[in-house]
Amino acid sequence: MEDWKRNGRAFWTLGSPATFWLVVFFLAPLAYLLVLSFSSKAVIDGQVSVNDYAYLTGIDNYVRTLNPDIISIFLRTLWWSALATIACLLVGYPIAFAICFMPERWRPLALLLIVLPFWINLLIRTYALKTVLGARGLVGGSLNAILEPFGMQADIIGTTPAVIFGLVYVFLPFMILPLYSTIERLDKSYLEASLDLGASQFQTFYKVTLPLTMPGIVTGLILVFIPCLGMFLISDELGGTTSWMIGNVIQSQFGSSNDWPFGSALSFVLMLLTIIVLFIQWYVQNHSKGVGAQ
Amino acid sequence: MATQMKPGVGPLEYGRRRWLQALFAVTLIVLYVPIFVLIAFSFNQQNRGGVWKGFTLENYPKAWQNQSIYDAMVNSLTIALVTTLIATVIGTMVAVMMWRFRFPLKPAYEAAMGLPIVIPEICMGVALLLFFNSTGLMGFFSAMVWPFNLSTIIIAHIAFCFPFVAIVVRSRLVGFNKQLEEASRDLGANEWQTFWQVLVPYMKPGIIAGALLAFTLSLDDFVITFFTAGPETVTFPVKIYSMVKTGVKYEVNAASTILILITILATVLAMKLQAPEKSGH
Amino acid sequence: MADPIVSVRNVSRRYPGGVTAVDNVSVDIMPNEFFALLGPSGCGKTTLLRMISGLDTPSEGHIFIGGEDMALTPPNKRPTNMVFQSYAVFPHMTVAQNVAYGLKVTGVPADEIKRRVGEGLEQVKLSHLADRKPDQMSGGQRQRVALARALVKRPKVLLLDEPLSALDAKLRDDMRLELTRLQQEVGITFIIVTHDQDEALSMATRIAVMEKGAIRQLATPEELYEHPTSRFVADFIGKVNLFEADVVSQKGKALVCNAKGLGKMNLSSDRECGKQVTIAVRPEKLKLSKTSPKVDGLIKAEARVRDVAYYGDWSEVVVELANGQTVSVNVQNEKRDVNASVTRGEKTYVSWSPTDSLVLTE
Repeated sequence: MEDWKRNGRAFWTLGSPATFWLVVFFLAPLAYLLVLSFSSKAVIDGQVSVNDYAYLTGIDNYVRTLNPDIISIFLRTLWWSALATIACLLVGYPIAFAICFMPERWRPLALLLIVLPFWINLLIRTYALKTVLGARGLVGGSLNAILEPFGMQADIIGTTPAVIFGLVYVFLPFMILPLYSTIERLDKSYLEASLDLGASQFQTFYKVTLPLTMPGIVTGLILVFIPCLGMFLISDELGGTTSWMIGNVIQSQFGSSNDWPFGSALSFVLMLLTIIVLFIQWYVQNHSKGVGAQ
Repeated sequence: MATQMKPGVGPLEYGRRRWLQALFAVTLIVLYVPIFVLIAFSFNQQNRGGVWKGFTLENYPKAWQNQSIYDAMVNSLTIALVTTLIATVIGTMVAVMMWRFRFPLKPAYEAAMGLPIVIPEICMGVALLLFFNSTGLMGFFSAMVWPFNLSTIIIAHIAFCFPFVAIVVRSRLVGFNKQLEEASRDLGANEWQTFWQVLVPYMKPGIIAGALLAFTLSLDDFVITFFTAGPETVTFPVKIYSMVKTGVKYEVNAASTILILITILATVLAMKLQAPEKSGH
Repeated sequence: MADPIVSVRNVSRRYPGGVTAVDNVSVDIMPNEFFALLGPSGCGKTTLLRMISGLDTPSEGHIFIGGEDMALTPPNKRPTNMVFQSYAVFPHMTVAQNVAYGLKVTGVPADEIKRRVGEGLEQVKLSHLADRKPDQMSGGQRQRVALARALVKRPKVLLLDEPLSALDAKLRDDMRLELTRLQQEVGITFIIVTHDQDEALSMATRIAVMEKGAIRQLATPEELYEHPTSRFVADFIGKVNLFEADVVSQKGKALVCNAKGLGKMNLSSDRECGKQVTIAVRPEKLKLSKTSPKVDGLIKAEARVRDVAYYGDWSEVVVELANGQTVSVNVQNEKRDVNASVTRGEKTYVSWSPTDSLVLTE
């Protein structure tokens, strides 16, 4: 690698468009978001203005995030995201494992089949899922047909399991991809050595496979957990008004509730949460010995 | 776990374990059934209701003739194409810059470049919404004629797409043999010629993959578009969102089916373009 | 004779897609043997070893270890342990943890584990590295860990898959002696897979030479070298000169052949030879002389020296017969005479005793 000073012209030519875009259309908006989160709506002539702000008035908006309702929504968001992430891991790990041990010629196809839905528009998939789970849909309808003779009725849409299922449905490929690439790279003779030394399949999994694939697991957990945190579409479409996640609250501050400073504070807290999660990942990855660490 | 073995099946042949095969099959079914149902209903006769009434192709011309669906589709494709073009160019340039140069605060620069990828979309969406509003850009652009009224969305899309392009291209560059560049200079080419004749052809698979990634990301994006769209502009995902809110017509299924086909084609194309390169290295 | 410790009965291994790695192999391996499976890559030797360990399973046939059928026994329940070609030393465990692993997972009491791990590391001279991680060790050291890890399990049979192939030449010689010493010390059966004939000849008590999934010959090293039963084995083990010959007549053991470039000769063979045979002679059994040897009964031919390769204690001389066939002759450099006894282009006579030639029918 050469020092930028040795060829300043090339350095600036190559770097400035992206840097400009990054600073003006990403960092500046984030900075403005931060400023607004410490601001409040301006009061003009005793009237609260709709879209004028008194800047940097204090930490009121952050105090408001400590409201029990908001806290409970934050906790619910974390809890549901965690549940969905764990579910993705429990389903994704065996599947990634199975793909890795398929005959070589089937592997690319199997992987493509798992990953393809990820390329399909999130909204279309959510809508598709809603149709199927709905009271008259393939799954929801069949469930009701079974329950009808007993005089019962069930609505899947609007329940917590529906939201969590939706999150798993949408983010499962994010879990499988990093797991697949880690397990694929794992030297299978480690597993053979373990079996050969007298460990059962379960012991081998727990003492050898799991520790050696930890980097992939951590990456998968992050790739699922973070987008879950900011999700509002799925809780909106598959959940009811009682199953809001923090994304829904933020969205409403910029929509019907029209309280941008508060929305900014919530967004900033959400971003902080994300960065904390990433820091934990960085820490775990750098303090564990595994395939990826070598 | 089984303590006995089946003859002819090795202890590590997990690909032949029935329960794993079953789990794989069930997962595929769960992943695809909703999508197939959606596609199937795009051929349903009766509009709305969720009951199968018989096969028809009518929904497709209807979707085509539905001005708002058509406009949304055209908007989405325009945004995706312009975004792809600009994001690919600046993403590739910055990838070369980061690959080639050592400069102060590089780790911080790289981290900032990664932020648009890792922070939740909703945060980026609202930040851009605030920014466009407070700077007056939103009003400025939305008053313009098509396609310039899409500018805010395109700017936002470029902002979250080019870091992806940069990552893909840079990972391609890691395998580049610097001696090729030196050989080119040694043979008398200047820096500019070397860049175009040696480096760009080498990066090509990465650039194409990055471009297709940017295209699909832009075409798929709902959250950031939702926040940065002017009051009058509608993209396809936003259109579906509002149609789902107001009750679904099967024209949406038809239009979605077409969008699914476009994305699958783009994905398969991307894989095809990358595949021969993989085996060559 | 004692009962075999490992008995392979009509074992085949076919893979989906039609590849047959091992084809109807039967072999008995005795207690305390140092047994080698030798063959070119792809001959099925590793597959056979893996089926004994349980890491692969036969498509047909049975494997008995200590008299017990292993068909349904998974690798972790078998009294065998393996030293892998890649060593497979767990990267996330220290040396001591690696060696303790096999004892720990089978519930050996902690104090016994400690004692046995200590002994095991002592045995491979690695006690001072007990707390190292494998990524801080050399290939040779990692291999010792793999050895100790298998040996502390006190298996009835130790399986070694190409144990020396990844080591450099000097280390390989040391390890070869080390393995022979260990085998005598612990007194268990070793089965080693190798493609290197020197390795097999120098270490093993018996060698099975494999080709295309089948055992071509099973014998002691000396017998394999001096009495190969096929062209393949003669050619694979050591260097050999081969001559095509027509059978003129055969009466009992007495055989008269007509070899191209050599003329008529009287040989002996135990079997029915048919019309065509191959005559094999090792290069060190051949003699070169400036004049035609006067001794009766020798097989001899006039030749021209084509090439001389000097190796210090001996030289390999390649001579060309009148019909163009080349023959290798090993010459011991017994005298301190710098002016070599043969030079390129020189006329010479090559000769050997009929008893040193071997008649091969396959």
